[in-house]
Amino acid sequence: MADNDIKSMTEGMEAPVLDTVAFSSPPELGKATVAVVTSASLHHPDQDDFAPQDVGFRVLEGNRRDYQMGHWSPNFDTIGFASDMNTVIPLDRLDELVLEGKVGKLSDVHLSYAGNQFDLSAVQMDSGPAGAKLLREKGVDVVILTPV
Amino acid sequence: MAHIFEAAGMATIVLGSIRKQIESTAPPRGLMCDFPLGRPLGKPNDPAFQHRVLDQAFKLLAATEQVLEEFPEAIEDEGSEMLACPLPPRSNADLHPALDEVRGLRPAYDRALEQYGNRAATGRVISADQIEEAMSAFIRVTDGVPWKEAGIPGIPSRVAQDIRGFYELAALGLSDHVPAAWSGTRWYFNSTEGGKLVLAARAAMRDAGESQPIWFYMAPGDQ
Repeated sequence: MADNDIKSMTEGMEAPVLDTVAFSSPPELGKATVAVVTSASLHHPDQDDFAPQDVGFRVLEGNRRDYQMGHWSPNFDTIGFASDMNTVIPLDRLDELVLEGKVGKLSDVHLSYAGNQFDLSAVQMDSGPAGAKLLREKGVDVVILTPV
Repeated sequence: MAHIFEAAGMATIVLGSIRKQIESTAPPRGLMCDFPLGRPLGKPNDPAFQHRVLDQAFKLLAATEQVLEEFPEAIEDEGSEMLACPLPPRSNADLHPALDEVRGLRPAYDRALEQYGNRAATGRVISADQIEEAMSAFIRVTDGVPWKEAGIPGIPSRVAQDIRGFYELAALGLSDHVPAAWSGTRWYFNSTEGGKLVLAARAAMRDAGESQPIWFYMAPGDQ
């Protein structure tokens, strides 16, 4: 079992072909509100776990630290996240950057999706835009996307 | 996802660890981080390293057009490093070795649970108290009982994740450092009776002609 063996299993997956690439210009980072969106299937213990083909998202509250991994894929290391959540969702590091004044503000909420999806249309047409709308309404300017 | 969030008016930075994937998905701003899967920020409990990743990522916000850069520090996994973790000696010869082992590991699991919390251990479908029940069901599968009749307390792959989570958290309780990526998983599947049992049950289900999605995800895909 080696990391590259696992990566080679997924690296050839077909990606959506887009006609245009959306590109937004953020405000200065020191004045921007930052959120994390992860595909690691994180959720709070009191939220529903992810189903096998769950195309929805969970809203993660930034003032909590009880994130649990509900991913159905066995194809990644989990001890790193088990020992330090910042390995996947670096909120402590972002808090430090806010205190240093390098980041304007950390969003009150963050989002988690399940990355092990084969039918992406529901994410593209429904839960993706819904999550984006939610963050935008929360005043988010910059999103860091983390996989597992 | 990045394209969707950009279209809604937010600037995005994608961290990716699979080179061909981040190239093919072509995010507006991508940072290729050659790190093991599951560790997009690279090194657990290393704030300085994590800050270097974030600093590099935020620099991409200055880009005025689509950009893909590479983080200069790679973390390689050659597939050879295995956690050197002491396993409990047999204490009850009447028990299946895997069940005896689970009982012996419970104090380490509880210790790590206290220290780290339950982020990826058990509770998807079974608690730590149900690990023995689940493993007993997998023992019956290896004895030839069809998986649907073996009493597996949930979807096999999900139950297997809880067992792996139990062992890997116990490994944290037995180790004085955070293991290198995958080394705990290799320890579990290669060295422990529990990991060997899950692999044997998986093989038995495969050999019995069960549907591939039922057994395949009980272990990483290269197993």
